[in-house]
Amino acid sequence: MSQTKGIYGRRLDFRQGRIEMAHGAGGRAMAQLIDELFVAAFDNEWLRLLNDQARFAVRAGRMVMATDSHVVSPLFFPGGDIGSLSVHGTVNDVAMSGARPLYLAASFILEEGFPLADLKRIVESMAAAARTAEVAVVTGDTKVVERGKGDGVFITTTGVGVVPEGVEISAERAQPGDAVILSGTIGDHGVAIMSFRENLSFETSIRSDTASLHGLVAAMVQKVPGIHCLRDPTRGGLATTLNEFARQSRVGIRIAERAIPVQPEVSAACEFLGLDPLYVANEGKLVAICTAQDAPALLEAMRAHPLGRDAAVIGVVTEDPHQFVQMQTSLGGSRMVDWLTGEQLPRIC
Amino acid sequence: MKYVDEFRDGSLARLIADRIRREAPADRRYNLMEFCGGHTHAISRYGVADLLPASVDMIHGPGCPVCVLPIGRIDNAIALAKEQGVILCTYADTMRVPASNGVSLSRAKAQGADIRMVYSAADALRIAQETAAREVVFFAIGFETTTPPTAVVIREADRLGLGNFSVFCNHVVTPAAMSAILEPPPQVRDGGSVWIDGFVGPAHVSCVIGSRPYEYFARTYQRPIVIAGFEPLDVMQAVLMLVRQLNEGRHEVENEYARAVTREGNLTAQQLVAEVFELRSSFEWRGLGEVPDSALAIRQRFARFDAERRYGIVYRPVPDNRVCECGAILRGARKPVECKVFGTVCTPENPLGSCMVSSEGACAAYYTYGRFRLKAAAPAAV
Repeated sequence: MSQTKGIYGRRLDFRQGRIEMAHGAGGRAMAQLIDELFVAAFDNEWLRLLNDQARFAVRAGRMVMATDSHVVSPLFFPGGDIGSLSVHGTVNDVAMSGARPLYLAASFILEEGFPLADLKRIVESMAAAARTAEVAVVTGDTKVVERGKGDGVFITTTGVGVVPEGVEISAERAQPGDAVILSGTIGDHGVAIMSFRENLSFETSIRSDTASLHGLVAAMVQKVPGIHCLRDPTRGGLATTLNEFARQSRVGIRIAERAIPVQPEVSAACEFLGLDPLYVANEGKLVAICTAQDAPALLEAMRAHPLGRDAAVIGVVTEDPHQFVQMQTSLGGSRMVDWLTGEQLPRIC
Repeated sequence: MKYVDEFRDGSLARLIADRIRREAPADRRYNLMEFCGGHTHAISRYGVADLLPASVDMIHGPGCPVCVLPIGRIDNAIALAKEQGVILCTYADTMRVPASNGVSLSRAKAQGADIRMVYSAADALRIAQETAAREVVFFAIGFETTTPPTAVVIREADRLGLGNFSVFCNHVVTPAAMSAILEPPPQVRDGGSVWIDGFVGPAHVSCVIGSRPYEYFARTYQRPIVIAGFEPLDVMQAVLMLVRQLNEGRHEVENEYARAVTREGNLTAQQLVAEVFELRSSFEWRGLGEVPDSALAIRQRFARFDAERRYGIVYRPVPDNRVCECGAILRGARKPVECKVFGTVCTPENPLGSCMVSSEGACAAYYTYGRFRLKAAAPAAV
């Protein structure tokens, strides 16, 4: 980037500097921000061309596309930040079709006065997450809103990927008798965020589980191409994802409380906050539905991957015209696991 | 999780369930009221009802602070935020309770009123300290469990000489409400009543007031009371203890929750409450109507922190929606499913009555956790 020095005079001050309205105005200040921050961090052949779009060859097969906006508060939390989250969120949405994610677009809405040091930290975290996920951030956009009209930074990412032939993963494919598999412990992300909220801070060793799940999905699809459904239980938690499956597939689901892995610290935090871990957000977990015959092989493939170590069969798909999700409680009774009512935790991702 | 999982243990639950089944014969009825919404919630969330024999019927009581708050009081709170322009701090549960004209605190907030959810009274005090230019009112609700923290912030505001902080006090007391269940005030008697054989007594409330206040009640009304913790095994053990008392013709106060509750309760908290609050001669409860000596007001000494005095709040009773059965449900006279609008017009997303709002409300508990039981025999809704 040394060649840009001559054009802009002094380089951006990433220690003391702040976002100004000019950084979104389309002039030289914006060009400098793009050059010295975004292109430098995301560096790739498409971005370097500085076009308003990225041009890439389309592979044979079917493309997958997904988009996700991120408004999490606080911006930095144990285990991640809005930058890494904005990559993981979209990569995972693409991956839940069984696809390999390839490219991302990123849009930033920045608030006037936002420290450049924080922005740099966020963008570099995004770049690191993208490298890990083996996706390139190939195009983007930056807008600035007046002080008080935003909340630091909002990031929208859009991703594309390619899904292998023979893979038909979709939420309406669950069949009675299918197995429901969860990839690991629930509630880690939501509790990590809650512990950092200014009006609620409490001490916990819990870190967000935010992670790109494409590698785990690739291993799963390779072993069992016939997976019926995949979804990452983000906002609304496991309960919401199961209800979505039940509605879209017009089936019921019956799970066992005892089989659902929850970290003790998450249980404890939920206990005193009055939350049910089933409804708390995750950013690095997935729920899979496959035939009962495929379940052992799929479980084995998941457990062999670092992000699926704690994978477990948590329930079974049932025939139910009411499309209820029911749970056998650890006490021995039954209850419904209903849709979430209202908002449990605002701005969790 | 230590000290929690032990009280949710499935094998112990089966053991207690077997004993209850053996000791509560099928040809006898045991109508037991769990007073607290916390117990209602535990029974539904852990599926306790599945483990009880048909001879034991759990009747849900009025111990849900949000549920018993009458509409007029929420109207008062909304008016404080909208007309007086104060920052109104409230517990989250209260946000969605329907008030007059289809408004709720949540809707008033969306319309621009400055209403903030807080997790404790102390948060409201902090907001007042940080926002010296604005008036801050804490919308205080709840039974004896939440009263001491409100007393603490009033004393603290007094010590700090805070000029912009006050409390809209709606704290209520438990023993008076238990009497009102068995001896309903005249205006609600027509709405039906139910025979109650015994009570599962409050958990957290009893930590504060102790078990002694229930002794008069047990003697006078000749009903057994077993104070129980909020874990499912606590509830089951309390049911067993009640069945045994009834079988033996006893009506005593017993304490299942001995790990937290003493006969005298928390004396420090009681003194604090007595210093800051005094009994109101009467207070309106949703479902129970006007109940004498059933609520607290702020003492004259702390009058400047009393929002009712400060803003000249005038209480106007507002009748519940005609089709809503919250009143009878709060008295245990009806089950949620016996209400015509349950699950149709009245759902957690669009509640008609308060019992569908709070997670401690009987209707919300039935809807959220138990709906499959009701549909088991019925054809699918299309």
